[in-house]
Amino acid sequence: MQAIEQEVRQFVVENFLFTAGDSQFSDTDSFLETGLVDSMGILNLVEFVRGKYAIPIDDEELVPEHWDSVRQVAEFVQRKLGGLSHQRVDPGTS
Amino acid sequence: MNTSAVFSSRVLEIDPSNLANEIERGIREIVLRRFRRKGAVVALSGGIDSSVTAALCAQALGKDHVLGVLMPEYESSEESLRFANLFAEAIGIPSLVENIGPALEAVGCYHRRDEAIRKVIPEYGAGWKSKIVLPNLVEGSHYQIFSVVAQSPTGEVRRARLTPDAYLGIVAATNFKQRTRKMLEYYHADRLWYAVAGTPNRLEHALGFFVKNGDGSADFKPIAHLYKTQVYQLGKFLGVPEEILRRPPTTDTYSLEQSQEEFYFSLPLDKMDLCLYGKNNGVSAEEIGSVVGLTADQVKRVFTTIDSKLRATVYLQSPPQLIQPVDETRGPGH
Repeated sequence: MQAIEQEVRQFVVENFLFTAGDSQFSDTDSFLETGLVDSMGILNLVEFVRGKYAIPIDDEELVPEHWDSVRQVAEFVQRKLGGLSHQRVDPGTS
Repeated sequence: MNTSAVFSSRVLEIDPSNLANEIERGIREIVLRRFRRKGAVVALSGGIDSSVTAALCAQALGKDHVLGVLMPEYESSEESLRFANLFAEAIGIPSLVENIGPALEAVGCYHRRDEAIRKVIPEYGAGWKSKIVLPNLVEGSHYQIFSVVAQSPTGEVRRARLTPDAYLGIVAATNFKQRTRKMLEYYHADRLWYAVAGTPNRLEHALGFFVKNGDGSADFKPIAHLYKTQVYQLGKFLGVPEEILRRPPTTDTYSLEQSQEEFYFSLPLDKMDLCLYGKNNGVSAEEIGSVVGLTADQVKRVFTTIDSKLRATVYLQSPPQLIQPVDETRGPGH
């Protein structure tokens, strides 16, 4: 989980922080409230997560509860990966 | 600042005669005295905003000093052209038609847009139609992320969430339409020594529902301070034809019919008007919700969307940024 959190944080720093010294945001800071990530940014973040972790993301999952901070994104990815792993090892799952 | 005691569904009612006079005075001041131009060019879309803009210009400057330019393309609705002609005849201003389809084709507007769509719907091609849509803002807390809705020649409908590349590609290609129209407006303005009127209402102007250097560009914007419901009130007063008054606002930008609500505002425009007005005047979400029929949480979601659009609009509204000011260009008397 820590590795995922670092990777997500790195993506946010590289793509949304354009001013040196602006990396002073915590992993729980709200993207919406801080204005750190706008709607175009969320689109890029979703695409990053989808591509990097090879997880499907439903429209219903595009809500702030999953995407509004580094921590929330990492937890979401962790849950999805855990769910996918469970499906892969269960021979009864179609 | 307005107080919650006077906030109601009637808060946007106007005295159309007084308002029209005030705007007409402003048009004369800007066009004739400030810019020293002889008249105004107005792009007529067949919708309420351009109709009201042209009607105000005609009253202010005289009918013979307003040119209506109708600019259909291969995907615009025939109804738009018909309504625009209807309006020009009703008001009595000179008008002409410039079909921008060939220009758009030449610059690759349609081809580039289709290529972008194929990034998410690979089979999209000749004979297909499309539009991009947002999720409903009040039915859930979903991010406002666009999807493309496409219809095959046989009527099958496909929907796909847009990737960043696909979304930006579609928007960039489609923006050719607004920018090509603006190019022609300025051609006519230059040859006639007229000024170009922009036609956005307050929702559009404030929340960035325009294309930078496309329909966002103009010499003056006489109704940019008016809420949509106020534009309708003025339209009725100024004698805009009933068919135009009744027509639902459309973008008329995509080959599938697309409302402004599903493309940008995610809420019926009359409710969006009241939410924006309430927010601008410090009215609580609870109070606004009780008037427009939404919960306080839903209104707060609307507020968040408004704030997000206001931030995005900074780029759209900004003139060219200079590294250092150039005092000579600030005009006489500086």
